[in-house]
Amino acid sequence: MMLSRLKSDLTMAEAARAPGGTRVDLLLVADMVTRGAKVLDVGCGDGELLRLLGERRDVDGRGIELSREGVNECVAKGLAVIQGDADTDLADYPNDAFDYVILSQTLQATRHPRVVLEHMLRIGRHGVVSFPNFGHWKIRLQVGLGGRMPTTDNLPYAWWDTPNIHFCTIKDFRALCLVSGAKIERAVALNAYGAPLRLNVPWWFWNLFGEQAVFLLSRSA
Amino acid sequence: MVELSTVRDEASHTREADEPRDSLLVRFGVDKPLKLDAGVELSPFQVAYKTYGTLNAERSNAILVCHALTGDQHVASQNPVTKKPGWWETMVGPGKPIDTERYFIICPNVVGSCMGTTGPSSSNSKTGKPWGLEHPVVTIRDTVRAQAMLLDHLRIDTVFAVAGGSMGGMQVLQWAASYPDRVFAALPIACATRHSAQNIAFHEVGRQAVMADPEWRGGRYLVEGTNPRRGLAVARMGAHITYLSDAALHRKFGRKLQDRSNPTFSFDADFEVESYLRHQGSSFVERFDANSYLYLTRAMDYFDLAADYGGVVANAFRGTPTRFCVISFTSDWLFPTSDSRAIVHALNAAGARVSFAEIVTDKGHDAFLLEEPELFAIVRGFLDGAARARGLATEKR
Repeated sequence: MMLSRLKSDLTMAEAARAPGGTRVDLLLVADMVTRGAKVLDVGCGDGELLRLLGERRDVDGRGIELSREGVNECVAKGLAVIQGDADTDLADYPNDAFDYVILSQTLQATRHPRVVLEHMLRIGRHGVVSFPNFGHWKIRLQVGLGGRMPTTDNLPYAWWDTPNIHFCTIKDFRALCLVSGAKIERAVALNAYGAPLRLNVPWWFWNLFGEQAVFLLSRSA
Repeated sequence: MVELSTVRDEASHTREADEPRDSLLVRFGVDKPLKLDAGVELSPFQVAYKTYGTLNAERSNAILVCHALTGDQHVASQNPVTKKPGWWETMVGPGKPIDTERYFIICPNVVGSCMGTTGPSSSNSKTGKPWGLEHPVVTIRDTVRAQAMLLDHLRIDTVFAVAGGSMGGMQVLQWAASYPDRVFAALPIACATRHSAQNIAFHEVGRQAVMADPEWRGGRYLVEGTNPRRGLAVARMGAHITYLSDAALHRKFGRKLQDRSNPTFSFDADFEVESYLRHQGSSFVERFDANSYLYLTRAMDYFDLAADYGGVVANAFRGTPTRFCVISFTSDWLFPTSDSRAIVHALNAAGARVSFAEIVTDKGHDAFLLEEPELFAIVRGFLDGAARARGLATEKR
């Protein structure tokens, strides 16, 4: 329920869209997946990313979604999606079942992000994670100067009503990768307009000016 | 009078069991026995079935529809016994989710039933009399084996889909496990990989009700010219409650009285729900054979997919090419969502392509037979997606 609300709000609200109407963050995620791969999208919402991956990357896609409405919409579209919970149901998947496991705007809504991340890299050879960066300057300003929990166009919820229970900054996420043994293959930060930030800037710059981040991970050797 | 009616009962049962009306029939001779799990062979035997739509030139658009415990082959056309519409006309027909304008639908009567496929009310060729309890006990796997022989007979190598609810869903799972290369897509609805202790218990109550009826005569009622109507009706009344839900019964009947404003202080059917159940029981005995009820409830009780695969359901589906769509209903307490979730977990563990949806309804287990728009949308979407993958997308005539 919560995940799908988050996603439809993101979809309807201020998520940046490429010509043709596709969300830029989803295009970036799709870009990190090789053609024809076997993919599991955890928290797949209404199936927009799975559909995109099928159309553009010819993947064999599967999805898990918490909200019943989201699942039923996906299945009626012909997508292979099951109703389930990232926090409890990933344990049932065997090792190496997928080439990629994707957590698109999902990780911050899980109860145990580290466990979910570790399952992700057990089930899949690669992981793709996109999340809102809580270190963005607007958010820092609202907390630091305003003294209030932040709300932004991408994160429109009041603190008592948010599905996002585990926010992190880009720096925090890198720390989680380190302790979980995840190797960062690629990382991209997006500005408020959904455009990728320049590549050759230091991490602190991304952490301050990136509104969202997309990471491609693999198991460390 | 009594004599006459029982004689007619026997005649009509035997006729429908041996020569089913408005059905296709394939007879397998002694050269093609049905090997049963019980360790014996059923031979000769016959399978009654119905088809709808047209088989395409590639013979690739067939959908096998498996019926539930007391269902029959008349899935999408008038039942010749009850004169009622087919049992799944909401789902199967022109323009329906299982579209007879796109697909070739085959619905066989299961082994052990009483509508034309060999069962306890069929004539035993050795004696010329109804089998009764001489008929061997059959399993879901036996019925699926017979259905595979039917498909061989129809020269259909791979079915596009196998679909069914409840006991029909068990057949779907057995099909996918026994013949993975012959099933492109599987739709098990409101079912489980094994019958639960509670469900076996309910079935046992039903069987005991039948066997407690003096007219049952140790299963020889057809030969002796009796009919255990009361026992079978009570069995049906009990079972019918398990197909509904507390909420559905409350919504339909509540505590409303039947054609009266005050209780009669007797054991008459004061409440509407009592009258309804009595009607369900008495109309059921007009169309169903008591011994078939014993045999088919037994077949469901014995169903345990994991038992055939080292105790692990996932082993039944290891490496399967079949795509699955598992569906459950929130108010189904006979085959609750947790049972469907167990199927999904096993399929995930086996790396199968699976969709799973739970539909919100207060109609209980019977919801799969009823008007449920979300069910129709999901089945249609799943079959459309599978048809594209199978290259059937432009088949519509």
